[in-house]
Amino acid sequence: MFTAILYGLAFGLLLLSFFKDRKKTKMALKKSWKSFENILPQMLAILPLIGLVLAILSPETISGLIGKQSGWLGIAIAATLGSITLIPGFVAFPLAAALLEAGAGISQIAVFVSTLMMVGIVTLPVEMKYFGKRATLTRNALALFFSVAIALILGGLIA
Amino acid sequence: MNTSQVVVLFKRYRFFMIMLVILIGLTLVQPELGGTASNLALENLIDMMAVVPPIFILLGLLDVWVPREVMIKLTGEGSGLLGITLAFLLGSFAAGPLYAAFPIAGIMLKKGSKLSNIMIFIGAWSTTKVPMLLYEASAMGFNFMLGRFLLNIPVIMIIGFVVQKSLPQKDLEALYEAAEKL
Repeated sequence: MFTAILYGLAFGLLLLSFFKDRKKTKMALKKSWKSFENILPQMLAILPLIGLVLAILSPETISGLIGKQSGWLGIAIAATLGSITLIPGFVAFPLAAALLEAGAGISQIAVFVSTLMMVGIVTLPVEMKYFGKRATLTRNALALFFSVAIALILGGLIA
Repeated sequence: MNTSQVVVLFKRYRFFMIMLVILIGLTLVQPELGGTASNLALENLIDMMAVVPPIFILLGLLDVWVPREVMIKLTGEGSGLLGITLAFLLGSFAAGPLYAAFPIAGIMLKKGSKLSNIMIFIGAWSTTKVPMLLYEASAMGFNFMLGRFLLNIPVIMIIGFVVQKSLPQKDLEALYEAAEKL
């Protein structure tokens, strides 16, 4: 749905640009291609890695690891799993809901969901290409720290 | 294509090729696990290819049509609350996985957006995306979603400011210089 809006927007603006200035539009498409080609090696390299990580850390494995755990160990495991894997939200939330039913604590689930979204070890090479090593590592470390903090607060509020 | 071009190409894609060899090797030794991994990689490739064309077309158009001065005024140094709000909105109404946000962040750097605002954009993209929030509420309950959302807003801003402040001036300048070549 949102991908469709994205396509609509891109092609609508492209058409508008084309009618206003053909030369500029050609230049824009050239730049599009250049920035795509520039990041392609990193983008491609993370694909097999994502496949490997997700195959090894299947939903069953994950629920085995944090399903019945509680306390700090559970949080540490959830944070680690969430930081490595890159599961899109529409897969992550049903998984998280299932984990919750299987008896995992709110904090563990919250830390898993938050790190899943904010911390990406597998995508570090892509991120570093734009932000450099230092800013990338700072962002990911802070995101990890706050994911745990938010999870603990949520655990206190909801449980 | 001459030899040196091939060498350059090979060098650029070496990590991809190494990963591919590992994946193929695993499939030979452990067909089941390797097969699952290959399928997942392929699924992700399809997902990626679905969002890549519109995003890069928008990037190119943005690069050509939006003058640097406008971008600086809206999201650059001294843009204040306006810059923060725009970064939040831009990230929250986006679609696609987080790695699709990085090229957009790159073009923001190139156009002179403030690093803290770019980080806020990344944070919003990863966490406060509207379609994902609706999904989160239905899977995890409204309170869980709302709590995480409200707690994440200040956190995203803090991360943005800390990353900006903790980066030495010369590293910051290097980032903007590198973005020029994107």
